[in-house]
Amino acid sequence: MAKHEVKSPIPGTFYRKPAPDQPPYKDIGDTVAKGDTIGLVEVMKTFHEVKADADGTVSGFPIGDEEPVMAGQTIAELD
Amino acid sequence: MDKSSIQKLLIANRGEIAVRIIRAARDLGIETVQAHSEADTESRAVLMADEAAVIGPPAAAKSYLNVEAILKAAKDTGADAIHPGYGFLAENAAFADAVADAGLIFVGPSGDTIRLMGDKAAARAEAKKAGVPTVPGSDGVIEDMEAAAALAEEIGFPVMIKAAAGGGGRGIRIAHDAEEFRTLAPQASSEAKAAFGDGGIYIEKVIERARHIEVQVLGDGEDVVHFYERECSLQRRRQKVWEEAPSALLKEDVRRELCSSAVALAKAVHYKGAGTIEYLYDDETGAFYFIEMNTRIQVEHPVTEMICGVDLVGEMIAIAGGGKLRVSQDQIIREGHAIEVRLNAEDPSNNFMPFPGVVGELLTPDGPGVRFDHMLYPGYAIPPFYDSLLGKLIVWAEDRDKALMRLKRALGELKIDGLPTTAPLFEALLESDELRECAVHTRWLEPWLDKNLDLIRQKGGSDE
Repeated sequence: MAKHEVKSPIPGTFYRKPAPDQPPYKDIGDTVAKGDTIGLVEVMKTFHEVKADADGTVSGFPIGDEEPVMAGQTIAELD
Repeated sequence: MDKSSIQKLLIANRGEIAVRIIRAARDLGIETVQAHSEADTESRAVLMADEAAVIGPPAAAKSYLNVEAILKAAKDTGADAIHPGYGFLAENAAFADAVADAGLIFVGPSGDTIRLMGDKAAARAEAKKAGVPTVPGSDGVIEDMEAAAALAEEIGFPVMIKAAAGGGGRGIRIAHDAEEFRTLAPQASSEAKAAFGDGGIYIEKVIERARHIEVQVLGDGEDVVHFYERECSLQRRRQKVWEEAPSALLKEDVRRELCSSAVALAKAVHYKGAGTIEYLYDDETGAFYFIEMNTRIQVEHPVTEMICGVDLVGEMIAIAGGGKLRVSQDQIIREGHAIEVRLNAEDPSNNFMPFPGVVGELLTPDGPGVRFDHMLYPGYAIPPFYDSLLGKLIVWAEDRDKALMRLKRALGELKIDGLPTTAPLFEALLESDELRECAVHTRWLEPWLDKNLDLIRQKGGSDE
C-alpha cells in the first residue's frame, strides 16, 4: 500500500522524462525528497513540472509515460 | 461555377478550423468526414460532419500526426480528398506526397512546393530570384562559423540566428555583438540538430521596429492572384493574438509593390492553393522584407475574407478539385476594415496559463459585421491535449475606427462561462491609444502586457 500519492494538479499528458531521449526523472525504487520533480504534465502545449509533496520511495506509476492524465489523478505512489 | 471533382472530403484537423472546413465543403456540395482522436469524439466538428472516423488516442503524435491512420480513415470512408487545415500535417511534404501516392487529392500545394518553401534558406533564395526583397543576411545555410561571424559583422549587430528547419519562432537566438555570436551560433546549430535533426542555421539582420505584414495569395498552378495584406504585429511569444486587414498605415504605392512581389514569388514556384507570404515591414525606412511563405490556410484568413468578400477555404478546395482560379485580379476589390482577435483558453491575468475547462453558459456575439468562428457549445469539455485556440472573433466595418468600436460591442456581447479566456486582454487593448493610432510593432505587446496587468485583471473581473 502506498503511503503517499503524488497527484497532478492539472489535466493533460503525463511525461516521465524531461525529453524523449533522456532518462526518466524517477524510477521505481528511487528515493525522492519533497520538491523533487516526478514528471511533466503537458496542457495545451505548455509543460508543467509535477513535484513530490512528501519524502519517500517510489513504489509505482499508475499512469504510463505519454499517457493522458486528469486533474487530481495520482501520477506516482510513494512508500 | 464549375462543380468540384471532389465528392467527399476528409478533414485531418480539429477545433475551429475543422468547423470552418466543413462549412466550406458543404457550401460546395461536398460530403465531409471528420477524422478525430479519441479525445475529440464530442467535438463540434465531429457532431457537424456527415461522418466521423477515429484515428487514434488523444496524443496528437498518435492521431492527428498519424499519416497511416489518416490514410486508412480516408480509404475506409471512401473520401477522395484530404484537407489538412493548419498546424499538424498541413506543411508536412511527406504527408502531401503520401496522400497523392494513395490516389487521393491533397488540398494544398504539392509535396515539392511544401518542401521548397519549408526550407527557409531555399525559400529565401527563391524569393531573391523572384525579385522579392529579403532581410540582409546569409545566403543559404551557414557551414563555416568564421565566415558567418564575418558576415554578421558586415550586416551589423544585432543579428538573428535561425534554424533552417525551425518554425513558429523556435530555435531563434539573437546575438548583440561578435563575441556573443561566436558563443550562440554553434549552440543554435547543435540545438537545431537535436530538435529537428538538421543543424543548418542562417543569420538575418534584426529590424528593431518592424511590423508583421503578410499577403494572401491563391494560385491554380499557373495563375496567381492576391487578396491584399494583413497586419499581425500584435504578438506574444511570437504568436499572433490580433490581426487586421488591411494594414492601416501602409501607403498605397508600398502596398502595390508588396502585393505584386508576393504574386511574383508564388508564380515563380507555380503555386497551387491558398498561401501566405510573410514580410517584415521596417517602420523607420518603409522597406519590406520577405520572411517566409506559409503553404496552408492561416488562422487569420477570415479578416481577408471579410474585406474581399471571398471564401478562401472554399476556393482552395475548388482548386484542389481541379478547378482554375475563379477570379481575376481586377475582380478582387477590398472594402472596409476587419479585425480578428484570438480567443484562447488561457488566463491573461495569470501569465496566460492554459485552462481547459467545461463550457458553461455561452452567449455569442452577432449582428452586422460580426463573425465568430469557434468550436464551442454549452457543456463542451475542452480537451487539454491540443492548443488553446477556442475561436476567433472577427469584425468588419467601413473603416478602422468603426471596426474598433464594433469589436468593443462584440466583446461586450460575448460570454463564455466555465473557463478563463483571452477576451479581457482585448477589452483592455481597446483602451490603448497606441493601438488606436496603430503605433505598434512586433515587440510592442509584451511590454504593454507587463504595464497593463491591472487593467486586464479588472476587465476579467467583471465576468466572474
